[in-house]
Amino acid sequence: MGLGTYDFALAIGGEAGQGIATPGDILARIIVRRGLHLCTYNAYQSIVRGGHIFLTMRISDADIQNHGDKLDLLLCLNQDTMDRHQRLMGPGSRIIYNSDTINPGTEDNGAELCGLPVGELTEGSRNRLVQNTVGMGAIAFLMGIDFAVLEESLTLRFQRRGQEMVDENVKVARAGYEYSKEHYKAFDQPPPEGGKPLAVWSGNDALAMGGAAAGVKFYAAYPMSPASGVLHWMAANARNLGIMVRQVEDEIGVANMVVGAGQAGTRSLCATSGGGFALMTEAIGAASMMEIPVVFINVMRAGPSTGVPTKTEQGDLWQALGASQGDFERIIVTPTDSLDAFNIMPEIFNLTDKYQCPAIVVSDLYISEGRFSVDPDLINMHPNIDRGALITEPSDTDGYLRYKNTESGISPRALPGLEGYVHLAATDEHDEDSTLLSDEFTNPHKRRLMVEKRARKFDHILDDIAPPVLEGPADADVTLIGWGSTQGMISEAAGVLNAAGVSTNRLQIKWMVPFHGEEVMAILSKAKRTIIVENNYSGQFARYLRSETGFAASGHIRKYDGEPFMPHHIVDGVNAQIAGETDKYIPYQEITV
Amino acid sequence: MATTAINLTPRDFKGKSDPDWCPGCGDFGVLNAIQRAVAELGFRPHEIMTVSGIGCSSNLPGYINTNGMHTLHGRSLAMATGVKMANHEMNVIVTGGDGDGYGIGGNHFTHTARRNTDLTYIVMNNQIYGLTTGQVSPTSSLGMTTKSTPFGNVEQPVNPLTSAIMNGATYVARAFSGDVRHLSSLIQGGINHKGFSIIDVFSPCVTFNLTNTHDFFKERIKKLEDEEHDVTDWKAACEKAMEFGDTIYSGLFYVSDRPALEDVEPVLKEGGPLATRKLGLGKEEAQKIIDRMM
Repeated sequence: MGLGTYDFALAIGGEAGQGIATPGDILARIIVRRGLHLCTYNAYQSIVRGGHIFLTMRISDADIQNHGDKLDLLLCLNQDTMDRHQRLMGPGSRIIYNSDTINPGTEDNGAELCGLPVGELTEGSRNRLVQNTVGMGAIAFLMGIDFAVLEESLTLRFQRRGQEMVDENVKVARAGYEYSKEHYKAFDQPPPEGGKPLAVWSGNDALAMGGAAAGVKFYAAYPMSPASGVLHWMAANARNLGIMVRQVEDEIGVANMVVGAGQAGTRSLCATSGGGFALMTEAIGAASMMEIPVVFINVMRAGPSTGVPTKTEQGDLWQALGASQGDFERIIVTPTDSLDAFNIMPEIFNLTDKYQCPAIVVSDLYISEGRFSVDPDLINMHPNIDRGALITEPSDTDGYLRYKNTESGISPRALPGLEGYVHLAATDEHDEDSTLLSDEFTNPHKRRLMVEKRARKFDHILDDIAPPVLEGPADADVTLIGWGSTQGMISEAAGVLNAAGVSTNRLQIKWMVPFHGEEVMAILSKAKRTIIVENNYSGQFARYLRSETGFAASGHIRKYDGEPFMPHHIVDGVNAQIAGETDKYIPYQEITV
Repeated sequence: MATTAINLTPRDFKGKSDPDWCPGCGDFGVLNAIQRAVAELGFRPHEIMTVSGIGCSSNLPGYINTNGMHTLHGRSLAMATGVKMANHEMNVIVTGGDGDGYGIGGNHFTHTARRNTDLTYIVMNNQIYGLTTGQVSPTSSLGMTTKSTPFGNVEQPVNPLTSAIMNGATYVARAFSGDVRHLSSLIQGGINHKGFSIIDVFSPCVTFNLTNTHDFFKERIKKLEDEEHDVTDWKAACEKAMEFGDTIYSGLFYVSDRPALEDVEPVLKEGGPLATRKLGLGKEEAQKIIDRMM
């Protein structure tokens, strides 16, 4: 991943309720309309008012999928932000703050302090959010964004609330802009004009949109961070798109409702996080036993138990692998970025329809709540929809076998309501005609037949999905192995390492079940130093890789402090391992929020 | 409602398997009453879905010739709600026991009533856990000795009828499996009612509950129809439902015309069942979504 000619990161810090989201959103839209890429990571706490929120937005003319290593510009909305983050700013950086209420520390680390007398600039406005808008004006000047661009964005943002609101915001933003122009020096390099305008979305938006594009007609959820964004998107779009959205009493109800809706014939989806997913698991096994296509999303957060509800982790891999009792067929996939999260949805629905089984999409807070630029032309809102072996014409003969023992193991499926295809779906083991085996003295031959019928469905499923690909020089000295959301950091770290003379390639795993064991081994058996990068303590993927292939990596880079990797964490980890300092590197998280 | 006037008999609704219930089990009467009800209403098997949880009584979908789902313990109402949301033209009957519905499934019972989904829920209430060989249930009487309460049950039983009324169910009835004709007419009423119908049926377990037997109910059951009872009066309904002594009432306790979920959900207003609608997004809608992200 090339970093382009422009790489700039700004942060806004304050407490919950101080209105960080609005300037973040306005700036994001200015950036993507200019055709620039962005990646936004919001570090926050499980609190509605107070606490500390720290929004990092990285901007580049290159496609970036992580929030980077450094900050150029910091907007402090309270003293706490100044106290926590001033020390992290380096020479040439700028710190914007309300000089009426916030005092910078005495430490001189080369950052230019850009105080704004907000009271004077706003003629004593008592609107507590006004400092954000003044700050936005200052940001625009310092970054080198024309005031007209900010004015247009503020107008778009506030016009629904009346011209007075627009005028007020433009006025104070202009005051911040002009004051900064008189007193402070702008960054040398303004953001370039990129190509065509881009769009901005979160990973949760992408998952929900992917579901809608795939034809989801039933969505159920119980609110849980960091998965609620999927519910919010679905609820907001439900009426326009003809999607039934239900907020249900608990995740057990959610999971069973989507399975019921799946049996009745809709493409059905739900999303939750680990704790809610734990409650859903019995229904996942039920969907497998009844051979009902349905998709479950688990957006991982730091666990166990309530854990750290607003922090990220890759700690639920084995939960997904072990979700529900018994030995059964299901698909598990871990999206690698927001566009992948979108694209996975139609693909996984086609697979679950073809193989009549449940699927689990394992996302995490970093992808799901992060906001990313995306090229709108890459969002295929009209993907191929293939419902598999579906019987749609009524019949006047009896004798339909819902679980017919076919060569492929796939039994053509009729939706309930179709004349001539009356059938029972049972969670008890059952015969081809749905008769419960327990009604036949648990016939062991029939049990074996049905286990094998279901298992046979997966014999050739690997043919339907793309194997992982080694990126970078084939004979590299270092092979970085990651899964899911770490792709953005790992690929950038590999670029940095290669530029520094450490020949590095990388392998990102997306499909967990089924797993491309042979293809992965063909790559890894030729690799020199293999390092697995993952966001958990115990090395969940390292264990899974070993269980599937027998392959044990040379080293590991792990992080389990709740915060995502930054590229330099991985670079440092590789260098430490090359230097022989350790074979398990745990980076130090510099930013405490 | 039924779409075709073909006169089927209860026998046409006989399932592939014969019930494996104990001889004398109250559930036979419930199965007969459901088969009679759907035949008399003129339904055909593919127009109905019977959904159950787990337990003796939850085996029922295997014994009736309709579409069916034999789901997880306690989850029948959630699964059935999913079915009904996906295909609101399907007539969905939910069957199960007292442990399944009022114990492990209690949360769904509360919220299904509140939602007023158009389901007909028939609970075979035998006041005991039968399939697990005789433990206390949420409706077991105070003092009842079971394998898990060898010194007598000290926990107050739930009252399914008052719970249902309080939580918003719009058709609340009670019956006795020994009176198939009466039960069948209450089931028909439930199926015809638009909204959540609950019919709690005393369905004696002849093996593990030797207290609440067929004779126990025969001696005590009085039909509400024989009394002056206003089915729109929820307070009177609750009072009648609380009586569990020498007199135990059966019949229709409460009816409300509060609209069913399906009638207040705009997504279902036009276009038929979600399950058979065209998949994928319209060009215009898709473009609007993208535009909002710019």
